[in-house]
Amino acid sequence: MSENNFKLSSSPHIRDKVTSGNIMLMVVIALLPASAFGVYNFGIPALIVLISTTVSAVLTEYVYEKLMHKKVTINDWSAVVTGLLLGLNMPASAPWWMGALGSVFAILIIKQLFGGLGQNFMNPALGARCFLLISFAGPMTRFVYDGVTGPTPLAVLKDGGSVDSMKMLIGTIPGTIGETSVIAIIIGAIFLILLGIIDLRIPGTYIVTFVIFIGIFGPFTKAHAGFFDPQYITAQLCGGGLMLGAWFMATDYVTSPITKKGQYVYGILLGVLTGLFRLFGGSAEGVSYAIIISNLLVPLIERVTLPKPFGKGGEK
Amino acid sequence: MALLTFKGGIHPDDGKSLAKDKAIVDVKPKGDLVYPVSQHIGAPANPIVAVGDQVLKGQMIAEAGGFVSAPIYASVSGTVKAIAPHLNPTGGTVNSIVIENDGEYKEVEYPAVKPVDEMSKEDILNAIGNAGIVGMGGAGFPTRVKLSPKEPDKIDYIIANCAECEPYITADYRTMIETPEKLVEGMKIVLKLFDNAKGLFGVEDNKPDCIAKLKELTKDDPRLEVLPLKTKYPQGGERQLIYATTGRAINSAMLPADAGCVVDNVATLVSIYQAVAEGKPSMERVVTVSGDAVNEPGNFRVPFGMNQAELVEAAGGFKTEPEKLISGGPMMGFAMFSLDVPVTKTSSSILGFTKDEVAKYEPTACINCGRCVDACPSRLIPSRLADYAEHHNEEAFTKHEGLECMECGSCSFVCPAKRQLKQAIGSMRKIALANRKKK
Repeated sequence: MSENNFKLSSSPHIRDKVTSGNIMLMVVIALLPASAFGVYNFGIPALIVLISTTVSAVLTEYVYEKLMHKKVTINDWSAVVTGLLLGLNMPASAPWWMGALGSVFAILIIKQLFGGLGQNFMNPALGARCFLLISFAGPMTRFVYDGVTGPTPLAVLKDGGSVDSMKMLIGTIPGTIGETSVIAIIIGAIFLILLGIIDLRIPGTYIVTFVIFIGIFGPFTKAHAGFFDPQYITAQLCGGGLMLGAWFMATDYVTSPITKKGQYVYGILLGVLTGLFRLFGGSAEGVSYAIIISNLLVPLIERVTLPKPFGKGGEK
Repeated sequence: MALLTFKGGIHPDDGKSLAKDKAIVDVKPKGDLVYPVSQHIGAPANPIVAVGDQVLKGQMIAEAGGFVSAPIYASVSGTVKAIAPHLNPTGGTVNSIVIENDGEYKEVEYPAVKPVDEMSKEDILNAIGNAGIVGMGGAGFPTRVKLSPKEPDKIDYIIANCAECEPYITADYRTMIETPEKLVEGMKIVLKLFDNAKGLFGVEDNKPDCIAKLKELTKDDPRLEVLPLKTKYPQGGERQLIYATTGRAINSAMLPADAGCVVDNVATLVSIYQAVAEGKPSMERVVTVSGDAVNEPGNFRVPFGMNQAELVEAAGGFKTEPEKLISGGPMMGFAMFSLDVPVTKTSSSILGFTKDEVAKYEPTACINCGRCVDACPSRLIPSRLADYAEHHNEEAFTKHEGLECMECGSCSFVCPAKRQLKQAIGSMRKIALANRKKK
C-alpha cells in the first residue's frame, strides 16, 4: 500500500451537501412564480426586461472576471439572482437597454469593484434600481397596464383614493414586473423557508414593524384611515415592493446582519423606514430606499448586537 | 418532555449503522507493539525497561513522569526490542517502547485487590492512577488528576459521557450494550470519591437500547440517573454535556469542577472498574473500524500498542484503497498518512473513506449566510473569527471571543462556501494561547 495517496487535511473530514451555488439556484427557483406571473400580467415586454437584466448581469460578471484574470464565478448563480431581482423591480415598459445598464451597474460597480461575492455593502439589484430611478425617473416610474399609463394602487392610496385589495393579492395591477402578485411571492418565500434558506426573523420583524407603524401613523396622512384600519393595512401590505423586498431582498445574506439580535434590529429599522418613506416621503414607494439605507447600517448593527459566548451568558 | 440539549450543533449523517450491530471482537496482535511514552496530556511517562528485557502482559513498562502523567503497561508478553521515536496517529513522532510479541500472552500475577467497599478514597485514587487510566474519549487527561479536584465535597455531579456523538464510532455503544454493568460499577466507584455527588448518564436518544439497559441497572440506586439527550453533534462535548445534563455552563477559562462537575466517558469508567475492582491496569480499549472503504466494519477489543494496519486487516482489510484515513471521528479526528501507527489510549476508531469530502470542494467566498453562527455550540461568529485569523488580527480575534472555540468543526461542516473555518480559527487560537502564556 503506497502511503502517499491518503489525503491529509484538518478536521472535520465531512461536509454538508449544501453549497453557495445550490442556495442561489434555489433562490432563482423561488423567484420563478413571481417572474412567470409578471410575464403573464405584463406580456412579452416583461420577458424582454427580465432576460436583458439577467443576461447582462451574468455577462458583466463573466467579462469583468475574465479581464481581471479572476476565477469566473458565474456558475454560482449569484449574478442570475441579482439580474433577475433587478428585472423584477423594473416596470415592464422600461427599454431593454435600461435593464442592461442597471445590471452592469449592479455587478460591476456595486458587487465586483467592492471585491465580488460577499463583499458588497448594499444589495446590488436594489442599488442598481435606485441608480436607474435617479437617472431615468420618468421611464422607471411610468407604469403601463392594459395599455393605459396610470398610478399604482399605492399611489392611489397615498392620495386618499380607494383600491381593490383582492386584485392586489393576486397581482393584476400596475407596478414593477415582480412585485404585484403577493401570492406568487409568498409561494416562493414558503419554498425558501421550507428549505431553511431564509427564516422569519428579518421578514417577520420587518412586516410586523411596518404594520404597527402605518397602523399608528396612517391616520395622519391624506389616506384618512382609522387607527389600524384593516383595509388600509392590507392594501399597504399588498402594494408596492414590500412583499418582494421583505422576502427576497431584505433577506439577502450578504447585506443583512449575521447576528441573530441584529436581524431583529434590522427588521425593525426596515419597517420604520419603509413606513416613514411611504407615508411622509415624496413617493408612494419606500421599500428599495429603506433596504439600501439599512444595508449601510448593518456593520453598526452587528457591532452592537454581538452574541455572548457559551459559558459567558450565551448558552441560554 | 423536551429532550435535554444545548443551543447550536449539527446533524451529520451518523454512519453508525455500518458497525452498530457488530459485537465486540477480541483481536490478538501478531507483529510488534509500539507504546508511545506520551499518550496523555502532561509529562511523558519514563521507560523503566531496557532493550532486551523480557516483559509480561500487565507489567509496567513506563512510570508516570510527574503528577499530571500516567504509567504505561505492556499488553502482551515478549521482548523489548527498541526504545525509539515512532510515528503516532496524530502525525507526530513520539519516543516509544517497542515490544516483540512472543504470542504467549503470559500475564503477571496481579496483586490481590481489596473489596471495593473496604477501600479508602486514597486507595481508589491510587488504584486508578497506578493503572495508567487517562480520559479515553480523546483528550487523554490523566483520570486520577481529574478525580482529585481541590474541593471534592463541592462536586455535585459525576457525568458519564455516553453521548458518542461523533459519526461512525460505535465503540462506546457496543460497550454499553454488552457490559453496561461495568460502566455502572465504574460510576459507583467514582461516586465513592465524592460524598455529595449524583451520578448522571447522558445518553443520546439514538441509543434507546442503552438508555433502557442503564435505566434497568440504576433504578434502585437513588444516586444514579439516566438522562436521554437529543441526538446532535457535539452533544458529547464536555461543555455541552454539562449544560444539557445540569444546566450549568462553563467557558474556556473554567474546569468542569468549577461548576461542580466531573465528566468521564464510557471507556474510561469501564477502565476504572477494571482497575479498582479487578486490579487490572489499562491495557486495551474498544476501537471501531469503519467507513465505506472497509470490508467488514466492526468493533474490536484491541491491546494498546497494536499496529493499526493489523487492526484494519482484522476488519477484513480495505475494499479499495481509501482516499482518506482518519484516526478518531470524522468531526474531530486526525487524517493519517500512514497506518503504521499504534492504537493508543485515546484511539476510538479508524475510519477509511473511499472519497475525501474535503478535497471534493473548493472553498469559495463567504456569503454571510450565518449557518456557522447557527451551528456554533460556543455561540461565536465563526466566519468573522476565520477572517480575523486569516488576516492575523489576533486582537480582534481575541476580542470576539475566538479563544472560546473548542474546535468541534460544526462551522466547517455547515459552511456552504466550504471555507476551512475551523482550521483557520484553530491555528489562530494556538497562536493566541501561546502569546497569552508568554505574558
